[in-house]
Amino acid sequence: MSLNNNYTELKNICKQIRKDIITMIYHAGSGHPGGSLSLVEIMVALYFGGILNYKPDKPDWSDRDRLVLSKGHAAPVLYAVLAKAGYFPQEDLNSLRKIDSYLQGHPHNLSTPGVEVPTGSLGQGLSIAHGIALGLRVLKNKARVFAIVGDGELEEGSIWETAMSAGYYRSGNLTAIIDYNHLQIDGNLNEVKSPEPITDKFAAFNWQVVEVDGHDLPQLLDELSKPINHDQKPKAIIAHTVKGKGISFMENVVDWHGVAPNQEQYQKAMEELNG
Amino acid sequence: MDKDILEKINNPKLSYPRVAYGKTLVELGQQNDKIVVVDADLAKSTKTAYFQEKFPHRFFDMGISEADMVTTAAGISSCGFTVFASTFSIFLTGRAWEQIRNTVAYGNFNVKLVATHAGITVGPDGASHQALEDIALISAIPNMKIMAGGDYLSTVNLVKLIAEQKGPFYLRLPRCKAVELYSDTDKFHLGGSQQLSSGNDITIISYGLMLQRSLSAAQELNKQGIKARVIDMYSIKPFDYDAVLSAAGETKGIVVAEEHTIKGGLGSQIATFLSQHQPTKIKYVSMKDEFGRSGEPQELLDHYQLTSNSIVEKSLEIIND
Ligand SMILES: Cc1ncc(C[n+]2csc(CCOP(=O)(O)OP(=O)(O)O)c2C)c(N)n1
Ligand SMILES: [Mg+2]
Repeated sequence: MSLNNNYTELKNICKQIRKDIITMIYHAGSGHPGGSLSLVEIMVALYFGGILNYKPDKPDWSDRDRLVLSKGHAAPVLYAVLAKAGYFPQEDLNSLRKIDSYLQGHPHNLSTPGVEVPTGSLGQGLSIAHGIALGLRVLKNKARVFAIVGDGELEEGSIWETAMSAGYYRSGNLTAIIDYNHLQIDGNLNEVKSPEPITDKFAAFNWQVVEVDGHDLPQLLDELSKPINHDQKPKAIIAHTVKGKGISFMENVVDWHGVAPNQEQYQKAMEELNG
Repeated sequence: MDKDILEKINNPKLSYPRVAYGKTLVELGQQNDKIVVVDADLAKSTKTAYFQEKFPHRFFDMGISEADMVTTAAGISSCGFTVFASTFSIFLTGRAWEQIRNTVAYGNFNVKLVATHAGITVGPDGASHQALEDIALISAIPNMKIMAGGDYLSTVNLVKLIAEQKGPFYLRLPRCKAVELYSDTDKFHLGGSQQLSSGNDITIISYGLMLQRSLSAAQELNKQGIKARVIDMYSIKPFDYDAVLSAAGETKGIVVAEEHTIKGGLGSQIATFLSQHQPTKIKYVSMKDEFGRSGEPQELLDHYQLTSNSIVEKSLEIIND
């Protein structure tokens, strides 16, 4: 795919994705707005900025780039982006979390086209992504693998097992994007268990580490489009983000991790996004 | 049926067993400075946050690291503490299983694993969050004892009971509110059970949120002139062997109703026991060998046929056999 740096268009897509996220969660009556909203620019850059190679009409196309949403609770942003990309009809988004829906509360590969693996149990996705990276190496397939990891999720020991594995195997086709929004469920990372220094840790495990503003589309596209070296260090992109980004009353508020807006809050959010 | 229990299920008062857990922890913490609590970034959901607020120096949020939390709990307990360790059931019994087996249980540490969000009634979060195999997983480990909270007061009692007893325990709690079934005078003990309704035609054995549906089933059977004995098997390992033997001897058979897979749940453990001591007809109202899915708790119970209707049907199948 070729790079799309029509930023006006990408920004409009971001706005639409934010509305979809809030609307889906509002209709579901439960879900995770905060950590979905912090990922919007990252996901839009990947899917609509010309970074990922994919064919919505052929989800199992062997040369597709793979995306693993390791922080699976951000399923709403993934579903909104997959629908926009054409994997399934956008009108189905509001069936999220309903009993007969193919849009499960957390991503499930067997339920939803475009979803690579099941996630939702934190600490597993990065490791699966590295497995895919090794599988592609054996196949001599030049596709890339992206894993999106929560900053709280970095507290799982399995993340650092994978960090060591991928550094050791020089899995340069693997890129981990850390959604550094500083919040988890029980509070700010510093009040629970800070994973800092994050950059030094990944570097010590033989990763290449860069930092970007996770809401700055030009910066994201610039970093994500850099050529990779398949047998060199894996890359960790620490993306500085704001949890709840785009809806003033949700931004940086820990309690918006895992609750749905009520009707009044929903309307207020939509007004802000439309305004 | 007993008027008292009928009143309780027909005019239900609902409350959260996990709130009972959090509040009882605070009570225990006030009486005993050797109580320590650990959690894994779910303190607000498991309600250990109440303890954290009162006793910040005896509380450790280990962050999202369940395996680490469990072995850390064992280490703390080795210094003479009773340690409560909590998170959602799937992450506690699943992610940290081998830590539980090889450290907590094998070393017989004084660690109380209290998990909330067990069963299909976790709801819309979906299959990844619905622990349907926790009883099987923990039952298989020597030294481990298992309890299940069925309502608010039973949870208060069970939390106190496992705090008094030495050694490792697993206490299973739901996410949702439960109908209040017990009163202040009810007593609970290791290896015990509660008979919630008496009868000699059929026995329904259950625990947790399925108690409510079991009692509704008994009420329905009662209308058909069938007297069902309903037992809350709140002590799952060891379970109440005498109550099970009496049920096998005095009634026509047993229906086990549980929010758990049929593979290795309480039902299969009762079957293993009775097949050796008193072969009896047993039917199961439990999850089949499949994953759950997203949906509202009541919808899911209906979808997977964990209903009072199924309990009635299975009871009739035994009686009419
Ligand atoms: C293994 C595991 N433990 C606990 C949870 C419950 N949980 C869901 S989200 C979350 C916090 C995640 O924080 P973070 O990774 O920072 O995500 P974000 O802030 O982007 O939402 C927790 C503890 C889980 N899903 N999986
Ligand atoms: Mg975070």
